[in-house]
Amino acid sequence: MDRLGSKPRLATIWLGGCSGCHMSFLDLDERLIDLAGRVELVASPISDYKDFPHADITLVEGAVANEEHLTHVREVRKKTRILISFGDCAITGNVTALRNAFRVDDVLNRAYRETAAVVVGIPSGNHVVPKLLPRVRPVHEVVHVDYYLPGCPPPADAIWQLVLELLDGQQPAGDVRRFG
Amino acid sequence: MSVKTLQIDGKMITGSDGDSIFTVAWEHGIHIPRLCHIGGISDVGACRLCLVEVEGQRRLQASCLTPVQEGMVVHTDTERLRAQRKLIVELLMAERNHVCAVCVANGACELQDLAMRLGVDHVRVRYRFPSLPVDLTHERFGMDHNRCILCTRCVRVCDEVEGAHTWDVAGRGAGCRVITDMGQPWGQSDTCTSCGKCVQVCPTGALFSKGKTVAEMEKDRGFLKYIVTAREKGQWIG
Ligand code: SF4
Ligand code: SF4
Ligand code: SF4
Ligand code: FES
Repeated sequence: MDRLGSKPRLATIWLGGCSGCHMSFLDLDERLIDLAGRVELVASPISDYKDFPHADITLVEGAVANEEHLTHVREVRKKTRILISFGDCAITGNVTALRNAFRVDDVLNRAYRETAAVVVGIPSGNHVVPKLLPRVRPVHEVVHVDYYLPGCPPPADAIWQLVLELLDGQQPAGDVRRFG
Repeated sequence: MSVKTLQIDGKMITGSDGDSIFTVAWEHGIHIPRLCHIGGISDVGACRLCLVEVEGQRRLQASCLTPVQEGMVVHTDTERLRAQRKLIVELLMAERNHVCAVCVANGACELQDLAMRLGVDHVRVRYRFPSLPVDLTHERFGMDHNRCILCTRCVRVCDEVEGAHTWDVAGRGAGCRVITDMGQPWGQSDTCTSCGKCVQVCPTGALFSKGKTVAEMEKDRGFLKYIVTAREKGQWIG
């Protein structure tokens, strides 16, 4: 396994997920302080960036549900050395992909017309809200993934173990957590 | 009863004539993975997770259906078998809609546990995302085809233990489903006695008791041993 530099560049992104995986990341609690000393956090869902910066490790939360997710994750892949599919939505589609059993139009009509108190139109592909893909896809269906962290959300201990192994330049032990 | 001596994973083991490799292995602490086998009802070889290598035979054998023979040399945990089993679990997960996070059986599911044990951290085949019904017409139980792995445990327990034969299998390939009676909604079944045995043996969240929500459906399989002992030994002991 390649050694990372003295201060590896870490990024996290949030696609079609509920942010629960990021919450679990924050559950690292005081370990976040150790982590801050060891990495440079170059991008996260609350940082502003126009172009995704180059990163050594990127955690990808969420499934690929719309066109923006698709272009974003492709760019991230190009600029990341080690990409981790982070949580069940990224790995299986999970709750985000529940809509895959239905047609996109039916799903949008259901949410924004049939069940809406006030119908203002359908916010998909209107140049403000990105267009939904016909089918929600797991991250590894669209880009190469290096490691997987299952769980909804993955427990903080599992995140810590994998991140530390990568930072220490070890081959991850590959202890698999269960889905769900 | 005659006794057979064989080797499983390098251990010399004896089993009774007529017992399967699977049963004899488990009796000796060798836990071959399985999803369709459950002690107390017949075996059908539906899931193929219990495949083993038998020396001298080119094809893998379903250990739940293969009787022990004198001098057999069996391997239950080789690289080739691990790869096969992993792929089988991935295919099962891709075939229907398994969304563990919102499933009644989350945390108490044989498929989910097996995926973890076999190191399945993602599914390499494409998910099919089929559109499947949920039958909630029965007064006490529900059936969610999204979670069914077609192991037919429900079919066999209902027929062989309860004697009702409410469940059966209809259709082929991707259209294959378990059905109640002649395909009527479960709640309209004339044969179902509402005993709940099918629900308890189902390895996944496909059959559940109504009123159970996410991660609440734990199954109790103790009854099966109790009934089988009563049948075989004529005694009601657990
Ligand atoms: S049946 Fe098991 S594997 Fe399928 S969604 Fe439910 S918990 Fe997960
Ligand atoms: S509840 Fe009992 S009788 Fe009814 S389908 Fe299930 S096993 Fe058969
Ligand atoms: S309903 Fe449950 S027991 Fe019946 S075939 Fe499906 S998974 Fe097996
Ligand atoms: S346990 Fe033998 S085939 Fe399923």
